[in-house]
Amino acid sequence: MNGPAYASTLELMSGVILVCAVVTLWRRSLSAVVKALAIQGFALGAVALILGIRQHDAVLIVVACLVMASKGVVIPTLLGRVVASDPSSREATPIVNVPASLVGAAALTFLAYGATQPVVALIPTTAGRLVPLGFATLLIGFFSMVVRRKAISQIVGLLLVDNGIALVAFLATAGVPLLVELGASLDVLLAVVVLRVLAAQMWSKFGVLDLDQLRELRD
Amino acid sequence: MLALVVLAVPFGAGVASAVAPWRRWVGWLCTASIGAVLVCGVGLAVRVVHGPPVTAFGGVLRVDALSAFMVIVIGAIGVLATWQSVRYLDAELVAGRCSQRHASLYSMLVQGFVTAMLLAVVAGNVGVMWVAVEATTIITTFLVGHRRTRGSLEASWKYIAICSVGIAMAFLGTVLVYLAALHVGHHEHANLDWTSLMAVSHHLDPGVMRLAIALLVLGYGTKVGLAPMHSWLPDAHSQAPAPISALMSGVLLTVAFYALLRFKAIADGALGVALPRALLVAVGLLSLVVAASLLLSQRDYKRMLAYHSVEHMGLIALGAAAGTRLAIAAVLLHILGHGLAKGVLFLTSGEILLAEGTTEIAQVKALLARRPALGGVFAFGLVALLGLPPFSLFVSELNMVRAETQVGLGWAAAISLVCMAVIFGAVMSHGRHMLFGAGPDGEQVHKTPAIVTAPLIGALIGCAILGVLAWPLAGLLRAAAQVVAT
Repeated sequence: MNGPAYASTLELMSGVILVCAVVTLWRRSLSAVVKALAIQGFALGAVALILGIRQHDAVLIVVACLVMASKGVVIPTLLGRVVASDPSSREATPIVNVPASLVGAAALTFLAYGATQPVVALIPTTAGRLVPLGFATLLIGFFSMVVRRKAISQIVGLLLVDNGIALVAFLATAGVPLLVELGASLDVLLAVVVLRVLAAQMWSKFGVLDLDQLRELRD
Repeated sequence: MLALVVLAVPFGAGVASAVAPWRRWVGWLCTASIGAVLVCGVGLAVRVVHGPPVTAFGGVLRVDALSAFMVIVIGAIGVLATWQSVRYLDAELVAGRCSQRHASLYSMLVQGFVTAMLLAVVAGNVGVMWVAVEATTIITTFLVGHRRTRGSLEASWKYIAICSVGIAMAFLGTVLVYLAALHVGHHEHANLDWTSLMAVSHHLDPGVMRLAIALLVLGYGTKVGLAPMHSWLPDAHSQAPAPISALMSGVLLTVAFYALLRFKAIADGALGVALPRALLVAVGLLSLVVAASLLLSQRDYKRMLAYHSVEHMGLIALGAAAGTRLAIAAVLLHILGHGLAKGVLFLTSGEILLAEGTTEIAQVKALLARRPALGGVFAFGLVALLGLPPFSLFVSELNMVRAETQVGLGWAAAISLVCMAVIFGAVMSHGRHMLFGAGPDGEQVHKTPAIVTAPLIGALIGCAILGVLAWPLAGLLRAAAQVVAT
């Protein structure tokens, strides 16, 4: 892959990841949110793939395929089933409304650029310049976990955090060592499965997937 | 070889309890396997206290004095918890609250949980350590929700949601440390082994390391239960079955703290002691203040014990902030003493819940008169936990305060003493209500079986011996403190 094509596809894919994160704040329909998450998973795999081809790194290419399979297909399918089983699958009353959330996302993106100055300064490459996008995705995920009250929205927030971190890891270090990468991906996958099981238990016990129903434990 | 045995034995027992239908002997087999871990831990300690670290798989597993000490802590409290698990499962099966299959699942998960904690402390690679700590979160979520009530479902959700985000921050911190190591020079040698990171720690980029250590303190701090990310802790620890609360509160928190100690040593090299110290002092003091204010009005004795853990983690964070050899040795002694005392108290509270059917402080009265053995263990456990002599927590708290004063953190030590005094008063008044007074007329004195009280009394005696003589761990504590002290 030659220079300009490499740089522009890498920028495009990293941009798609951030845009998908913003879309999850913007759309209230949970099935649309899960679709955005799937696209984000594929874009993340594409970033790893581009870096792998560029650096002739076979391990990274294998990791890219695994990322696409787990974050692009498996996890969105798992979430999609829960969404389909819940007829009122919309984020009804977010604590912060949509326009304010979008402004928040913009502010968080600025914050990400500020906080990652030392990282960008250390890596003077195209990939290094894109690191703030990963941080922005992470912060948006954090934000959406705090302001959204649907069980699924919280899982989506957690996945945004995770995808943001994975993007930073790919761009900044071309991926952590394989053993750690595999362990980390497996852990995330299991965490999502566990959350999904809990959501199913919640559904069968309360008939809703709203975290506002969980108010028993107080001081 | 011994490092591998430590992991293989509890894992094997876990597999056995997964395939065999649950019987009492399966439970005792699990206890025996953790006992074997304790023995291996002692064996490892004897080898590494004067010799070089033990490694396996080309450095993926690496046991130095600090790791060996943590293996002993996990083994000791693990034995207590799995011992009581047999009784817990018996009671649940008799009461029809859980099926054979659930009992098997419980045993298997406990074994997996202990194995994951052991992997976290014997891993030589900080990435593998992270994977193991995250694995503990996933495994324990099901254990927290084992009773399948509305409250335990809520607690599990909060637990996994908050801890997963926290631990994700720690992963980002780890990635940034790796990034800094990649840019030190010799690219091909950069990896995530703790020893190689320590070797280059003075050359790591300070800008990146500042960001990394902040994320690591926040991230692992979530699992340690340090404020402001502590809100999952009282819920999870009060809703989990008693043996699980004992393991989570007694060891899991400090296993996460162990990870923090490892990274602090790297950050000290890269940045000097000032920034890591400031971060730890901030979260430590905040935890103490939060614990003190919430303990005053506590109505539930399991939540009371949970907030007490937040206090002790705050104390440990302050001790680690001082970072001298004396401070770290005191921190490690505190980790063991707190684990034993808190383990005993949570297990006793499980017995109280079984006997009285409530976790409300106001509903439990005159335990010493009505259930002398149980009440006595609870009373001595509280005395130990509040840091009164002769128990080891007194010695470790005293030495942490001394060390803090030596490095100019006297003001922080003073604030911590005020918080401890408030907590002392609050817990004493709650404890007095539960323990003293005369039982209702005509009620028989209830006996508690010796098989329940014996290990608890043993743990308290151990804690007292450590406090008076520091025997037999003095040499190991010195060697372990040397590993990460500044």
